[in-house]
Amino acid sequence: MGMRTHIVDRRLNGKNKSAVNRERFLRRYRKHIKRAVSDAVQRRSITDIERGEDVSIPSRDIDEPVFHHGRGGHREMVHPGNKEFVTGDELDKPQGGEGEGQGSGQASPDGEGMDDFAFQITQEEFLDFLFDDLELPNLARKKLKDTETFHYERSGFTTQGIPAKLDVLRSLRGAHARRLSLSGKRRRRLRDMEAQLAELKAHPESDDPAFSPSEQIAELEEKIAELKQNLKRVPFLDEIDLRYRQHVKRPRPATSAVMFCLMDVSGSMTQGHKDIAKRFFILLYLFLKKNYKKIDVVFIRHHTSAKEVDEEEFFYSRETGGTIVSSALKLMKQIIDERYPPSEWNIYAAQASDGDNWNDDSPICGKILGEYLLPMIQYYAYVEITPQDHQMLWYEYEKLMEQDPDSFAMEQITDAADIYPVFRQLFERKAA
Amino acid sequence: MSNTADTRTHRRPISEASEWSFDLVEQYNEAIDECAAEFGLDTYPNQIEVISAEQMMDAYSSVGMPVGYHHWSFGKQFLETWRGYKRGQMGLAYELVINSNPCIAYLMEENTLPMQALVIAHACYGHNSFFKGNYLFRTWTDASAIIDYLVFARSYVSECEERYGVEEVEKLLDSCHALMNFGVDRYKRPSPVSAIEERRRQEEREEYRQRQVNDLWRTIPDMNPDEDGEDSEHQRFPADPQENLLYFIEKNAPLLDTWQREIIRIVRKMAQYFYPQRQTQVMNEGWASFWHYTLLHRLYDKGLVTDGFMLECLDSHSGVIYQPPFDSPYYSGLNPYTLGFSIYCDLRRICEAPTEEDHHWFPDIAGGDWLKTVHFAMRNFKDESFIQQFLSPKVMRDLKLFAISDDDQEDVYRITAIHDEAGYRNLREKLARQYNLSYREPNIQVWNVNLRGDRSLTLRHTPQDRIPLGESTQEVLRHVHRLWGFDVHLESVEDGTVVGEYHCPPQPMEDE
Repeated sequence: MGMRTHIVDRRLNGKNKSAVNRERFLRRYRKHIKRAVSDAVQRRSITDIERGEDVSIPSRDIDEPVFHHGRGGHREMVHPGNKEFVTGDELDKPQGGEGEGQGSGQASPDGEGMDDFAFQITQEEFLDFLFDDLELPNLARKKLKDTETFHYERSGFTTQGIPAKLDVLRSLRGAHARRLSLSGKRRRRLRDMEAQLAELKAHPESDDPAFSPSEQIAELEEKIAELKQNLKRVPFLDEIDLRYRQHVKRPRPATSAVMFCLMDVSGSMTQGHKDIAKRFFILLYLFLKKNYKKIDVVFIRHHTSAKEVDEEEFFYSRETGGTIVSSALKLMKQIIDERYPPSEWNIYAAQASDGDNWNDDSPICGKILGEYLLPMIQYYAYVEITPQDHQMLWYEYEKLMEQDPDSFAMEQITDAADIYPVFRQLFERKAA
Repeated sequence: MSNTADTRTHRRPISEASEWSFDLVEQYNEAIDECAAEFGLDTYPNQIEVISAEQMMDAYSSVGMPVGYHHWSFGKQFLETWRGYKRGQMGLAYELVINSNPCIAYLMEENTLPMQALVIAHACYGHNSFFKGNYLFRTWTDASAIIDYLVFARSYVSECEERYGVEEVEKLLDSCHALMNFGVDRYKRPSPVSAIEERRRQEEREEYRQRQVNDLWRTIPDMNPDEDGEDSEHQRFPADPQENLLYFIEKNAPLLDTWQREIIRIVRKMAQYFYPQRQTQVMNEGWASFWHYTLLHRLYDKGLVTDGFMLECLDSHSGVIYQPPFDSPYYSGLNPYTLGFSIYCDLRRICEAPTEEDHHWFPDIAGGDWLKTVHFAMRNFKDESFIQQFLSPKVMRDLKLFAISDDDQEDVYRITAIHDEAGYRNLREKLARQYNLSYREPNIQVWNVNLRGDRSLTLRHTPQDRIPLGESTQEVLRHVHRLWGFDVHLESVEDGTVVGEYHCPPQPMEDE
């Protein structure tokens, strides 16, 4: 009887059978999800932007309609757990007209729950929705940089290699097989002769006078010794047994990118300004991360002079004094020259400022950017965080944008709510 | 407890620990199989598949089909299931069984050994024998062909997606799903067909179906093109109202492509496959619960399981058949497991230890062969008739059933029957009706197609007890309109008077 039952272990079979259906679901409700995602960008603190998000969709948008009974008319329902009712009892209907329509407080089987449909999207999906329709400007594939652009993949075994890659088990298995095949016959012969010898020694008398036992024994012993010698020459481990794990070098199809964050930290930049700038940088970072495997981030802060700093200092240390933007641009050029040859790196830069600059300096900025930096880099985005009128720098930069609209973009941000729309605008996929 | 020591000496349990292994699952299955044979349970061969919790949710969200076409609604289902699972709300999450031959049952790896044994008894012998024995399943589904058919359906749908675009196919499926419950011939016996046959026929259909539709629209008598209205009453098409909306649309919608008709057919076949399940929930779950209970006790009597094993099983069993009273916050209607289990158990009692009352109520059964009786009850009924036939006064008393009337023309609710001598018959009738599908769903049929005029389709709703249609009606009508391609009307007609109207596209109100 038990034969008719078949037990199968399916645990290792594909887990995500519903992946396609999930993706279809997300696509269908992308409007709702996008809204939730962009709300989240406003609301969340920067440090936890890298996780999923709760999304809820009003049930009226998600219910699948079917023909069903509505409220009203006459119904009779049977329920369990009667305590004190007797036939003919009358019970007041709840006040307020509508009532349950079903009696005794039961949720109507065809009534619709007004609860929203809530679910979670993963971090990856979150980022997909966040950057949906956005495109990296000038996503050029740079020359592959050796250290990062190759990786090793296992690809079977080879007979040559370095000791570190020796596969002991496989080598010994080979040696064992070789020994068997090379010496099998001789071993069998050896066993036969040894048996013969033992026989002779056990019964020294012979019926045949032509062969004296002692001679036969001597002869056998000699042959045995020779054979043993012979067998010894079959090595336990031969060079041809050795097997090495083979790894082949494959170029990695990813490219690397460096992102420069430039920020004015002069006295006129408040912490509020900096927070807005920070969100903007974070968005850029996440966006780049989606597209590049390896990203270096360089932080350059400046007032009258520029300095390369770490993230903490970049965002949180305070400075006073005036502003010379070109100092930061010069430092950026210097760092590129020293560490990030444009032939190997995709270079992105984002600059945040309140628009304040020494008037004499603004033309210099335009010159450095236009002549040196823009030709080397993928994209330069400038955000000006100010509700006030523009100053010299803005007008200088406007000229650049006319010159080189593909790799230079600028926008104004007045408060935190602008960040995401402005970011989208700067990186919007341009119609081909 | 004096003879406990006695039985314990005879106890030679299959295992003591509660961790399961494939070997143990097999041993328990064999032991259960033997017991099932003693009770004459006739089953399809079993295929037991061990899966992870996540896979179980996958299975749940594709409405229990091992292969299914892709659709966003299954993704939604998965998210819902996942949420329920995380909150720990999912009921009998450790069991899922498919009406196929071999009968596929899933065991979740997280379950303990006693739970695996319980699921095997419940699904592989309970549900399985129900699938094989119950007349609705026998007539409406073909267990040996379903998996092949699902594979066919899935590949057909994805071919269509490639050819006509995911969105087009999705829209069509949305519309079909909206009418799925109206895609079944309730009274006519359908012919189950195999996948190979289906594929062959599908090719034939490609050509001839369109011809058929063309014929319909060509053979319109065009004596009086201007005339419409009253006269068309005499020559309605279809001549008799049709209850299978999807079938009617598949065969007669003027504008559909053949692939669209084929997809409608696929959804129709799914509806047909699930139709028996919707009508036998009480009977099916009751039967499976009755048998896991009976089979596990048999194992215990044979000394094959330990006391601890039995305790765990009974604990889980009482969870499954728990019925919260109507005034409990956990109440969400009658628990079909409880109701079904109680009826089968009581049938056994009526056979084995009949009372005066039983002789009066069940003269044919009382004192009879309980095995024959429960098998007879399982084979030849659906929920509605099963309750009508076998719900005993004792079960009504045990569950303390009562009926309450809610009439929108009255200011109060009325208790119309309770579990007493005067109420039994009334109560039983009302409960049976509650499980009648045509009572639970509105009665909507194809009434007429305006063949000579605007090609509009008119559906007719016949309200029962003045119950109107629900709020998503207009939305469903939009789906009908999408499928039909021309204006669609729906009228609620009570005693010859139109009491409600829906139109798609909506018609301007006359008094506006």
